[in-house]
Amino acid sequence: MPTRSSGGYQGMKRQYDMLVVGGGPGGAFAAKTAAEKGLSVCLVEKRPAIGVPVRCAEGIGKELLTDFLPPDPKWICTDIERAELVAPDGFSMLLEPSKAGNEVGYILDRKVFDRELVWKAAEAGTETYVKARATAPIMRDGAVGGAVIEQHGKKYEVNADIVIAADGIESKFARWAGIDTTVPYKELETCAQYLMTGLPIDSKKTTFYLGNEIAPAGYLWVFPKGDGTANVGIGIGGGKSGDGHRAKDYLDRFIAQKFPNGKTIELIIGGVSVCKPLASTVADNMMIVGDAARISDPITGGGIYNAMYTGRLAGQTAVAALEAGDTSRDALMPYDTTWRASKMGKAIERNYAIKEVFINLNDEKLNSIIHSISKINLEHFSTLMLLKELMKANPSLLLELRHLRSLL
Amino acid sequence: MLSIRRDICGYCGACVSVCPEGALELIDAYLTIEDACINCGICEKICPLGALEVIKE
Repeated sequence: MPTRSSGGYQGMKRQYDMLVVGGGPGGAFAAKTAAEKGLSVCLVEKRPAIGVPVRCAEGIGKELLTDFLPPDPKWICTDIERAELVAPDGFSMLLEPSKAGNEVGYILDRKVFDRELVWKAAEAGTETYVKARATAPIMRDGAVGGAVIEQHGKKYEVNADIVIAADGIESKFARWAGIDTTVPYKELETCAQYLMTGLPIDSKKTTFYLGNEIAPAGYLWVFPKGDGTANVGIGIGGGKSGDGHRAKDYLDRFIAQKFPNGKTIELIIGGVSVCKPLASTVADNMMIVGDAARISDPITGGGIYNAMYTGRLAGQTAVAALEAGDTSRDALMPYDTTWRASKMGKAIERNYAIKEVFINLNDEKLNSIIHSISKINLEHFSTLMLLKELMKANPSLLLELRHLRSLL
Repeated sequence: MLSIRRDICGYCGACVSVCPEGALELIDAYLTIEDACINCGICEKICPLGALEVIKE
């Protein structure tokens, strides 16, 4: 039974083993993992509802998702079989890994998905609080020891042996605790998306549009969600954004041309970091996960898997640290070194270097790249395969991309 | 000074992430500006909707 305050309603305790700031996929997995191992866990979400407002294009690789939970039709909108890449000159190429028996991806319903993850964390024993905002860390001798939580006009001092900063793109908690989480603005993709309906689209195909006129230093996407609906969205580099040429301006122009009869049922906006991850994602008694640690993919902007992976790893690390009775930065360091050495960590490092080349390509170069990839029979759909094949097929690019070769 | 067009703001938090002074904060759906703001205009530039404006005094 949860403890009850004198006021007669269920109340936040003063002390937990672990406090999780943020109820997205990273926070939910950290909480679930730790609670399953018997830790007392409190998760606070500042919004009044888990999963909304959505800040996501909702795509995820199949094998990445099934690493964490079995696919459930409740939160899977569509099963994607192919991807189309459209060059600045309008030339389009189709990637059909499913024909070779390889898996592609899903488009999720994040509103339902995020709720499911927090529900699982709660079921494992996590106490969850919504419209409950961390307003400051509790600092002791320069180390985090919990957080001040404000909810419904009341302030609670919540102490915890370990705090998980899972507060997403804003990443204020780690910042308050002395870690600079600022995203260099040119490395922020500024994004706008409409959930649209009445679109004449292939419901099994995602489409990516590239080009400096269409989406400078970014890309535009159409991710189908079934029955002629889709997430139609765009991310442009922060350095390219300004009055009259913002993400929404580019998107509106595309839609007026491409989907003039589509109907908009939701506006989704947000920022995605494509910078390097934080130099350190641990501090005494604290771990930083997912977007808050800037662990999103620098090419695709994808971050759902990365958040779940780092969240789970942080939960496991917390369990081990508490068992050993040491939650110092050194004791939590295995979290940082493990994710960096993982397949995901390596991919982020590689994709950051590739992104640095790609955002500077002019349309002519982008056209020639896409034309040459189209001649390749791609059996897997990954940026790594794409790059490897590209190198083989287009020797003239080798010169330009030569410093990337060591990463492949 | 930095001004917020609340009718335009979509409270997405993109501006919060790039603020070099940590002067912006999103309280649920309400963006706040703290005194640390130096009117650098970075948030104005990257806002996906154009809800922020540095007004010259």
